[in-house]
Amino acid sequence: MKRRPIFLLTVLAFGFAFLYVPILSMIVYSFNASRLATVWGGFSTKWYAALFRNDQVIDALLLSLKIALVSATIATILGTMAGIALVRMTKFRGRTLFSGMVTAPLVMPEVITGVSMLIFFLLLGKWIGWPEQRGFTTITLAHITFSMVFVTTVVQARLVQFDRAIEEAAMDLGSRPWQVLFDITLPVISPAILSGWLLAFTISLDDVVITTFTTGPGSTTLPLLIWSKVKLGVTPDINALATLMVLAVGAGVIVAGIVMNRAEARRLADERMAYRTNG
Amino acid sequence: MGRVRQWFDRRGWSDVIIGLPYLWLVLFFLLPFLIVIAMSVATKTPTAPPFSFGGDVPWINLESYARLFSDPLYARAFLISIMNAGVATVFCLLIGYPMALALTRVSRGSRNVLLMLVILPFWTSFLLRVYAWMGLMGKSSWFNAALTDAWNWVVPVDWAVRSLPMMHSNFAVILVMVYTYMPFMILPLYASLERLDPTLDEAALDLGSRPWQVFRDVTLPQSVPGIVAGGLLVFIPAAGELVIPTLVGDAAAPMIGRVISDQFTSARDWPMASAVAVVLLVLMVVPTMIYNRSQARAEGGR
Repeated sequence: MKRRPIFLLTVLAFGFAFLYVPILSMIVYSFNASRLATVWGGFSTKWYAALFRNDQVIDALLLSLKIALVSATIATILGTMAGIALVRMTKFRGRTLFSGMVTAPLVMPEVITGVSMLIFFLLLGKWIGWPEQRGFTTITLAHITFSMVFVTTVVQARLVQFDRAIEEAAMDLGSRPWQVLFDITLPVISPAILSGWLLAFTISLDDVVITTFTTGPGSTTLPLLIWSKVKLGVTPDINALATLMVLAVGAGVIVAGIVMNRAEARRLADERMAYRTNG
Repeated sequence: MGRVRQWFDRRGWSDVIIGLPYLWLVLFFLLPFLIVIAMSVATKTPTAPPFSFGGDVPWINLESYARLFSDPLYARAFLISIMNAGVATVFCLLIGYPMALALTRVSRGSRNVLLMLVILPFWTSFLLRVYAWMGLMGKSSWFNAALTDAWNWVVPVDWAVRSLPMMHSNFAVILVMVYTYMPFMILPLYASLERLDPTLDEAALDLGSRPWQVFRDVTLPQSVPGIVAGGLLVFIPAAGELVIPTLVGDAAAPMIGRVISDQFTSARDWPMASAVAVVLLVLMVVPTMIYNRSQARAEGGR
């Protein structure tokens, strides 16, 4: 493979242009002075200023962050438990159903999850009087349910390649099984748990469809606010909001990527050192 | 206290680890899902909640299913969904495959950066990625103007247009689907292509194959699992998509996700919405099972 694959590299360049031109165009037009969102009328940052004065946007952002924090944390706890159960506890009653319930939400169209959640909450409200109204609680419950399975997938993938010899050593040294879990297993898989949490957090922060079905009066998350505005067309203030969100997420992902790469490199170096001193 | 401690030590801890997520999923996933299945055989009533169980056969009323199969609106919506998702999957493959292959050919250092660039859009808001295209496809945008110029330059003068009607069409839906789901195609393809042994290519070249023959006979057959995985990761969510068709699609030719949502919210016909949902799920289960089987076979083969 000494020849440079010209065709492939051309497609790669066009592919990246395809992926990034729409986002870049949106960013450029967020600095558009014109009220007409798609006609250039000179440079301006007025839409950003308007954004920071808009209480509606700030309230929605805070609500979204609150829901994402709570739901990602609970989803990570439940999802990690499910991952451990599926990889480590090979025999328990109803395991097939359990693994089915962990996979199904991954392929379930969001509309169906949303509709089923809404019917469930409405009937529950009718039968036992709770939830009286939909809002923060129902949105959070729904988000936990569909994001925990993503955490499970990440944790499962990590546990499968776990070196069980360390766990066995701890057992031989007299640790109880749950102590091994807390002292050995969880610390070792903690990077996977962290990326599971990040995944759950972004999924929750980004969700529109399931949230539209589980929200109630007065509970407008940021995606719902954007959704209701975007349905009416392209506006410069949404361009500005979108730019800020894209830049924030982009920066977050890049920083997380660098940190994880470093941690991974350090872990590999440590392992190599350990082998060398032992061998 | 001692009893609890003993129970926890012996098996309580594992009961908790299995039991809590189990209970949660039964309560908030399985139960709502079973309610939807039950709802699909209920009867629509003007009460609140708008359904009752009754009809010709006690408890089971198949009217919604009968309507689903007799009213062409539903068949059409299913057909449009499958077509849009299918075409989008094919285009994702046509663009994503060479991109994934190219990613395996660049140097290690730039590969990590480029992979990050593929994943990055996946982390940014889905809604905003759809929105970005609304800005590009609108009648007065620079992108539409550029395409219109290109179009007018190519076609005869009689066909010239002032702007291309891109928004609110199946074309727009497919384009945005290809855009938003592209990472789902590239990543599994890259994963399967990266594992291939480059010496096989060299061997084939040494034995006199032309590069495209090497691709056809060596690379392509070995990457089939990646193609299947990527294809399903694009096709399944695309077929049930609600956001894209609502924002850029043709309201007169709705996709099935839109039909479910409309039946539920504006028509207040819970049984009909549920019946459509059940049929859509059955249609999704088939490709998923094919995928799981091919996954199992691939893992068994290794």
